[in-house]
Amino acid sequence: MINFNKFYKLFNIISICLVVISILLLFFKGLNFGVDFKGGTLIELRANDKKINVTSLRDSFSNMDLGDINIKKFGNESDFLIKIEKKDTSADEVETIKKDLVKVIGSSFNFRRVENVGPKVSSELLKSGIIAIALSLAAMLFYIWIRFEWQFSLGAILALFHDVVITLGFFSLLGLEINLSIVAAVLTIVGYSMNDTVVIYDRVRENLRKYSDIKILELTNISINETLSRTIITSVTTLLALISIFIFGGEILKGFSFAMILGVVFGTYSSIYISNPILVKLRVSQKTILKEDTE
Amino acid sequence: MLYFSKLRIILVSLVTLLFIFISLSNFQDSENSLISKRINLGLDLQGGSYLLLEIDNGPVEIQKLQNATTVIRNYLKEKNVNFTDLRIEGSEIFFSVSEQDNETVKNFFLDKESEINPYYNQYKSHQFDLSNIENEFKLKLSKYGLVEIKNSSQDQAIEIVRRRVDEVGTNEPNILKRGNNRILVELPGLDNPMRIKSLLGKTANLTFRFVTQNSNDTFGVETLQFEDDNNQALVSKRIILSGENLLDAQPQMNNQTNETVVSFTLDRVGAKRFGKATRTGIGKQLAIVLDGKIVSAPVIRDAIVSGSGQISGNFTFQSATDLALLLRSGALPAPLNIIEERTVGPDLGQDSINAGVFALLIGFLLVIIFMFYKYKVFGLIANITLVFNLLILIGILTIFEATLTLPGIAGIILTVGMAVDANVLIFERIKEESRNEKNNIIAFDAGYVKSKTAILDANVTTLIAATILFFMGSGPVKGFSVTLAVGIFTTLFSVYFIARMLTSIYVVKNKEKINLI
Repeated sequence: MINFNKFYKLFNIISICLVVISILLLFFKGLNFGVDFKGGTLIELRANDKKINVTSLRDSFSNMDLGDINIKKFGNESDFLIKIEKKDTSADEVETIKKDLVKVIGSSFNFRRVENVGPKVSSELLKSGIIAIALSLAAMLFYIWIRFEWQFSLGAILALFHDVVITLGFFSLLGLEINLSIVAAVLTIVGYSMNDTVVIYDRVRENLRKYSDIKILELTNISINETLSRTIITSVTTLLALISIFIFGGEILKGFSFAMILGVVFGTYSSIYISNPILVKLRVSQKTILKEDTE
Repeated sequence: MLYFSKLRIILVSLVTLLFIFISLSNFQDSENSLISKRINLGLDLQGGSYLLLEIDNGPVEIQKLQNATTVIRNYLKEKNVNFTDLRIEGSEIFFSVSEQDNETVKNFFLDKESEINPYYNQYKSHQFDLSNIENEFKLKLSKYGLVEIKNSSQDQAIEIVRRRVDEVGTNEPNILKRGNNRILVELPGLDNPMRIKSLLGKTANLTFRFVTQNSNDTFGVETLQFEDDNNQALVSKRIILSGENLLDAQPQMNNQTNETVVSFTLDRVGAKRFGKATRTGIGKQLAIVLDGKIVSAPVIRDAIVSGSGQISGNFTFQSATDLALLLRSGALPAPLNIIEERTVGPDLGQDSINAGVFALLIGFLLVIIFMFYKYKVFGLIANITLVFNLLILIGILTIFEATLTLPGIAGIILTVGMAVDANVLIFERIKEESRNEKNNIIAFDAGYVKSKTAILDANVTTLIAATILFFMGSGPVKGFSVTLAVGIFTTLFSVYFIARMLTSIYVVKNKEKINLI
């Protein structure tokens, strides 16, 4: 048996530090929002001419008076992602850009993907993204409250909060783009992390009923150990699937799978080191559970 | 938990086979398969364009206020109420009456059966909200008045959009209402939406009006620009003919001038009016005005009574074709703005499918190898279950003709990773139980029973996340939530029926064996 409870304090301090750093990052460095949430135009361009590179593209775009432009390689050698922040792009803007580009670098390229999001839509998408995440946290809080006791609900929700904040903190630190699929990833992380926490909580509850003389500190440790192999196996299979998406799933799913990988790692960690210490702090005992049973 | 009746075994097998059979229809030619249903590919996988249009209702509201002002003027006159200073200011109508008519006017507008302020019986609110400061009244469109305007212009606009898109002849377009002032247009397979965008960007409001020199024309005049140069002309506001009177419009080559023109045919009313106007207006210039710009202003040489005519104006064949199309499909009630556009080229779509399917295969293989390594025979059972799970998942997506997107494929891969969780929970529990319980059958039974709540809770939480994502997410992300949610159900089915059945057969055969799992 591994004594997880010996490290509750240490890991709690580390977690608090990580959360604080993440919040500071979110506040001061902010998130790198993509066109979905910031508005603007995104063009994925494939060059069929080896001479076309980031510099030559930047030169040709700089003459077009399009405001802030971000050009970078996307996946392999000949693909580029061009982000234009100008918001009031008219309907035929993209066509004009295409014509202007042909003049400068010739016609040996094609637009593989064009996304143009107006300022109104982008702010709506951002709003609905935030609501979705908040709503899912609230729904989880409520579900655990119904199925367990409020102490468990609080522990689970703090663990979720921890996972989401740290994942976003990583995105802020690395300057990775936040788009619609990242919101999907965050929601899935919420589901996964909850899933993990619930399995351990289920065992804690079972053990609380079984043993009246074991203190909660020891009891959480027993429960974590009893479910440990399941925790590891499920994390491994999920990570195998995610890593496979990350490596082979193409450029578009990279951000999504990276967020999910972070989420699974932190979700597994938090279901052991956040949600259980909370139960200890809140002095959960057999009484907490029995009260529920007699009701 | 381990006992399965013969009937149950047959039922489970039948259901499973049915879904597998359905899922296979996706891999056959459509002519040969018995089931015509298939999983649709999202625009991000098959390539195509997604356009979100917003209706600019401002002009419609102003038109509505102007109409209302006329109605109010006539109504008050008819009822012998003296009023002064009837005017529109911003989005409100003002007028003043004398002290003694104050109550009467209130009655006109606030009566439940009011003739000039309707909607009360439908919405429990009138079309206009009435307020007054002493004897000056103010009318403002109520919430429902605005909703009614939005709904009706959306209904008209979607019809026109549909006609225009159909005329261009793209393959299976999808045109839907979004909210009460937006229209979503999905155009599969279209990698350059330029033409559709320019067609949808035009209101196509066509009028025929006389050019005049007299700025005191009774109907009022306005100065309009020519479309192809910077010339201007003074045009009467009197409308001789509008686009509504057009029966048909076609691009044509004019044999004499070798010019491309748009020829049109008028309906009966239009032909009559056009005939009369051209008869009386010989020598005058008739301006053909499209969306506030003069396309051309030919001089009338003869009376045109045939009910057909031509519009010339430096057209290329393409622009004449487009104008004819716009005229045939009718004018939009209000301008449309494209507020969101997403276009994916077909080669990127194919690349995404290839990458997604490859990632799925690799993820699947890795999970299968890992499970077999961890649990041997039971790993094999879990793996067989996983294969069935995937086929059932595809089968269900096929039945609902769900749309598969790239994030949707990611959802399937994630399902592969998480689906084994339920089996792992059960197997681990059985392992625990067999430490104290030497009878294999009892240990297995206990394993299944005791792991039930954890499995239920764990799956409900994922389902909650998927549900919220379905309702809040848009486009491709929705596809992800669908596969994730359906994946949860197929997982529970395959774990509790298929895996349990296989397990029970194996355990009953090997019940004497020690350390079975």
